[in-house]
Amino acid sequence: MADPKRLKIRVDPDKCQGHNRCKAVAPELFVLDDYGNAREAGDGTVPAGMEDKAYLAKSNCPEFAVEIIED
Amino acid sequence: MQQRARTPVQDWTTDWDHLDPQWIEDPYPIWADLRQKCPIAHTERFNGVYLPTRYADVRAVAYDTDHFSSRRTAIRETHHESGGGAPPITSDPPKHRLARMVLLPPFTPKAIAALEPKARRICNQLIDAFIDKGSFDGAVDYAQHIPVRVIAHLLGVPEDDGDLFRDWINAVLNEGITDYERMMRGLVEMTDYFRPLMEQRRKHPGDDLISYLVKQTYPDGSPFKDNHVLGSVRLMLIAGIDTTWSGIGSCVWHLATHADDRRRLVADPSLMPTAIEEFLRAYAPVTMAREVKQETEINGCRFKQGEMVLLSFPAANRDPEMFPDADKVIIDRKENRHAAFGLGIHRCIGSNLARMELTVAVEELLKRMPEFGIGGEVTWSEGTVRGPRKLPLKIG
Ligand code: HEM
Ligand code: SF4
Repeated sequence: MADPKRLKIRVDPDKCQGHNRCKAVAPELFVLDDYGNAREAGDGTVPAGMEDKAYLAKSNCPEFAVEIIED
Repeated sequence: MQQRARTPVQDWTTDWDHLDPQWIEDPYPIWADLRQKCPIAHTERFNGVYLPTRYADVRAVAYDTDHFSSRRTAIRETHHESGGGAPPITSDPPKHRLARMVLLPPFTPKAIAALEPKARRICNQLIDAFIDKGSFDGAVDYAQHIPVRVIAHLLGVPEDDGDLFRDWINAVLNEGITDYERMMRGLVEMTDYFRPLMEQRRKHPGDDLISYLVKQTYPDGSPFKDNHVLGSVRLMLIAGIDTTWSGIGSCVWHLATHADDRRRLVADPSLMPTAIEEFLRAYAPVTMAREVKQETEINGCRFKQGEMVLLSFPAANRDPEMFPDADKVIIDRKENRHAAFGLGIHRCIGSNLARMELTVAVEELLKRMPEFGIGGEVTWSEGTVRGPRKLPLKIG
């Protein structure tokens, strides 16, 4: 699964319901607001070596709110 | 719980009954069969209720708040108008959002992390009481006490008062179904207990949940009414106690009956997060309901207005189309979009708290007691919160 391409993640704020699964599996890639809803950290760029975690976050979000964009 | 004689189910596709002994004992084969034969079953019992068993259909109902209302979230023999409900769990859009928003900040992962050391102490005190006896009941002596004590702590009241909470919840949820007087007595006692506390926290606020709630204001700037605060506290007790008790109980039951998984977790505690999510998936404790507000169709099935839908997150979580080997408990399952805490706008507000309690309860038990097994007859709850109610265990 480790992809040499650069990945970007994005949380769709309309879908996110704050299950907090993304933050639990990939704490470096997400930030939570005061209500416990998630956003991508920074501009969403996934640092090299963290690609697997990004996919893990996506595949554990029950609301299908995590998107991964491959450059 | 009252055991009434029920007409045995003849055909699960047209006459299902979630209070049938077969369902209470082991509902999973029933759902597996229905998913194949009739993915949205129906019963004439309880004045007409639909039962979707596939993940996609459960999800479709949960998301469709235009046709499916949370006004009634329980399946009952008779239809009572419930006065006012318990926002946000009984609210629909657009009212739902505001009622929900105010309750979210005290339950973020960060806020809940602060409670963790306390939860660990609670678990260890409970374990101290039985570890030298050689046996204990995992539901009665352990799981049952953890959520009430944690919630007591969250509300800033003495932990021992947690036993009062259990009594009120029982009056409101169980005995109240048949005994109206008992239910009202429970409600009055609860009000009498919390009202003076609210007054006191207004004067001397602490960092507890009651202090947080009494300082909230409506959009026009006026403070929350007493009844509003009371309603929120009541909802915490109703939604946060039996559910978490059942969740912890099911984890302990699994570990008692699956020595291989237990030993693997003891040897490699880094598996804990995926194991807890897997237990939540496989033994999801909570089933909700919706009222069909307006006739509609899902997956070829018509839903008649005024009838109910049993919203079985536990059945969705066993759908092999969503979860390969769905009936197998795989403690390092990688992909797990389980719906134990619901889907859509009503996602459980207490999910971070419940996860923390489940994790701490399992971790502390395994640390002190790596070997234990079933020591007697296990019984399961009936109704829409599923978990062991008697779980005799022998240590070692
Ligand atoms: C393992 C334990 C728990 C499980 C499995 C669970 C499950 C659920 C589910 C499935 C829902 C969605 C209801 C729906 O769709 O109609 C829900 C909602 C809710 N839960 Fe939990 N719950 C648990 C523990 C807790 C705790 C500890 C609290 C609080 C102290 C809590 C508070 C709530 C509230 C306030 C709602 C309503 C949210 C809304 O309607 O927006 N729950 N829970
Ligand atoms: S797992 Fe999904 S729903 Fe939950 S916080 Fe992350 S993005 Fe939001």
